[in-house]
Amino acid sequence: MPDVWIPAQMQRITGAPDRVQVEGATVRQVINNLERMHPGIKELLYDEELDDLTPGLAVIVDGDVSQLGLMERVSEDAEMHFLPAIGGG
Amino acid sequence: MPDYTPNMVLTSDKQYKVVGTRPVRHDGADKVTGLARYSADLNLPGMLYGKVLRSPHAHARIKSIDTSKAEAMPGVRAVVTGADIVEPTGRASDLAEGAMINFKFLSNNIMAQDKALYKGHAIAAVAAVNAHLAEEALSRIEVEYEVLPPVMHAREAMADDATLVHERLAAGHSAATRAGGVLDDDDASTGTNIANHFEFRMGDMDTGFADADVVVERSVSTSAVHQGYIEPHAGTAMWHDDGNLTIWSSSQGHFTVRDHTARLVGIPVSKVKAIPMEIGGGFGAKLAVYMEPVAALLARKAHAPVKLAMNRTEVFEATGPTSGTEISCKIGATSDGKITAAEVHLIFEAGAFPGSPVPGAANCVLAAYDIPNTWIEGYDIVVNRPKTAAYRAPGSPAAAYCVEVALDELAEKLGIDPIDLRLINSAKEGTRRPTGPLTPKVGYVETLEATKAHPHYTAGKDGKRRGRGVASGFWGNNTGPSAAVALVNPDGTVTLTEGSPDIGGTRASVSQQLAEVLGIPVEDVNPQIGDTDSIGFTSNTGGSSVTFKTGFAAYTAAQDIRQQMIARAARIWEVEPEEVEFEDGVLKHRADDQLQMTFQQLAARQVPTGGPIVGRGGVNPGGAGPCIGVHIVDVEVDEDTGKVEIVRYTAVQDAGKAIHPSYVEGQIQGGAVQGIGWALNEEYYTNDQGHMVNSSFLDYRMPTSLDLPMIDTCIVEVDNPNHPYGVRGVGEVPIVPPMAAIANAIYDAIGVRLTVLPMNPGNVLEALWEKNGS
Repeated sequence: MPDVWIPAQMQRITGAPDRVQVEGATVRQVINNLERMHPGIKELLYDEELDDLTPGLAVIVDGDVSQLGLMERVSEDAEMHFLPAIGGG
Repeated sequence: MPDYTPNMVLTSDKQYKVVGTRPVRHDGADKVTGLARYSADLNLPGMLYGKVLRSPHAHARIKSIDTSKAEAMPGVRAVVTGADIVEPTGRASDLAEGAMINFKFLSNNIMAQDKALYKGHAIAAVAAVNAHLAEEALSRIEVEYEVLPPVMHAREAMADDATLVHERLAAGHSAATRAGGVLDDDDASTGTNIANHFEFRMGDMDTGFADADVVVERSVSTSAVHQGYIEPHAGTAMWHDDGNLTIWSSSQGHFTVRDHTARLVGIPVSKVKAIPMEIGGGFGAKLAVYMEPVAALLARKAHAPVKLAMNRTEVFEATGPTSGTEISCKIGATSDGKITAAEVHLIFEAGAFPGSPVPGAANCVLAAYDIPNTWIEGYDIVVNRPKTAAYRAPGSPAAAYCVEVALDELAEKLGIDPIDLRLINSAKEGTRRPTGPLTPKVGYVETLEATKAHPHYTAGKDGKRRGRGVASGFWGNNTGPSAAVALVNPDGTVTLTEGSPDIGGTRASVSQQLAEVLGIPVEDVNPQIGDTDSIGFTSNTGGSSVTFKTGFAAYTAAQDIRQQMIARAARIWEVEPEEVEFEDGVLKHRADDQLQMTFQQLAARQVPTGGPIVGRGGVNPGGAGPCIGVHIVDVEVDEDTGKVEIVRYTAVQDAGKAIHPSYVEGQIQGGAVQGIGWALNEEYYTNDQGHMVNSSFLDYRMPTSLDLPMIDTCIVEVDNPNHPYGVRGVGEVPIVPPMAAIANAIYDAIGVRLTVLPMNPGNVLEALWEKNGS
């Protein structure tokens, strides 16, 4: 199962641990399953109105910032992080 | 002055014909002969001239605005205020293409609503038949202010009893969700100036510091500085009878101009065409939109085209500088130099609206090192200053100033060469970063080793009060969606339309990647930047992304052409496409060497063999490779005046693959020079009322060619496996190391640690007097 790293503040808000194994073949599925395990976390990661990741949030899958967001496919042994989307100058 | 060695490529083993060469840039002749047209150069029949009335106060409630006298002036055709601009809700939202923006804050920054939040904040705008009349009309606008106390510094703004910049600002508490938003109407919470507070933790700090033999603590502060581009912001807007709007301006992303303007004037993006003009520098600050929506509102009211152009004072007072910061760190290491723990606390001023580059600082500050126990904390604080904008590697330079000075102290205490200390602790592929993800393939070790071997580092130091310093800097680089379309012309040339505004020579670097695939000279490529109706969506020219992502798009378009040409040759020769190969610009039958045709010969026959050949590249590539730069600087300090002179400077940097080495060197040199200015000279001087008092280039001192020696460069090439030619972004990281490198050199020269930027003569003398007890 994908290994999801939970940001520190989200751990405090949701009671989730720093890392959690979550089933799912896409980022969307992982977030939905994460919500079942730790209610309230989806609200922090997902914007229902936009049907997209929360604005300003990036999902990093196996070290690379995903360009597909919720649609990104994740492997069984994937490592996922949710971090600020960094722009540039 | 030492001899200038133009380039040292260290690890390249692949040979290319076009990539890696130094052709003359396609836009060079127009730029040096004055033919290139920048945003203020546009003139249209019947065009009006706009001017903006700006707040004389850093913080004031706007009680009333009376524009009637201005509107009554002959020749004045339109006046707009905050009442005319669309003010969306305060909720942060995404544009369709993924760029986060809070449109309420954007709208309020472009034109104030109920409060003026910094001196220079736009209050109203006028369009008139000439600029003088427009300026005169501004003086007829009557604004009643209730002047409020300004809050100018982050520490002051963080106090419990601080004056609030926004009464209803919602506090953010997550690094994963950027600051930005106002409290809902039914939320009884009070507002705050602390727009965001977040942290990253890894490992166990107590254990980490317990394992350390030496611990160093360091605090620094930096002043707000401006990006200092030569070309002030300007934009022209014209409405058509069918309700469509055309905008001309220079920006780092005309799709952003289109999208933001459409939102703030209340029309669909499909009705706005944004045409990019040449850009005279941006460095991050032209990612933001200031003038275009106001010009559009004026033009709509006046029923005529309107041009708005800032003067230099407006640029300083009303466009984004970078943040003033307060940063502290604590680093522990064993006696053999292995860092066991590091914590960094980052406080960044955002200006009048949330969104400082503190997430970037947190992402970068320890990213180049392998440290088992880390704690990074960030604060985004609103104050009564202009809204900050991105500036080259946003957030990273100030953070590096603190940590890289601390590493110098650590190296001294441990008796270890400062480069060796960084090598001992350098991150490598697979190292876990303090923010969590694993490090991809990088060239940190190679860059540090190249620095250590560089003749500058091994040279002796001549003269009294001369010192040498080194520092490293990290930037992650960025990517995004990008489009390129290539048309094969019958004479064998190619017209390349791309979506990225060209700031640093990217017409050339993108064309080179196309030419390499097609086996044609880069001089046979004619690159142009398409407007928003002529090319697919392309994300901003920022994040050092263009040579990576738009180069990728051009590479894809070239591969498309290549496949089409193979099919055409097969049709002419009546063979299967699989029997045809394309190599070095020549199409050949694999078995019959009589069947050959050059790119140019086939280009001439494209129409009768199936119609025009058009190559398309629409990409959104991941895997922009991060990089580091390591700088060496020799300084001479005058202990009587406090003046610091740069005697010798060398910048070493991983470029992945330098597509056009001259422009990579130019980026490195330009970034280093801006960093030197940030280190030694530049700052926003503000008085007690929050007014910037040095808002001209006479008083805001940027370094010139007369102030500095040649900036020597050394390009290291450790390829990025996620790009066809191995490209890493190069434009931003060179601004990261200079402040710390110079501070370390000053310490080496006179034994004083400078912890306040700029390290101008006054601050150097104060530090010397403190050291000497006088």
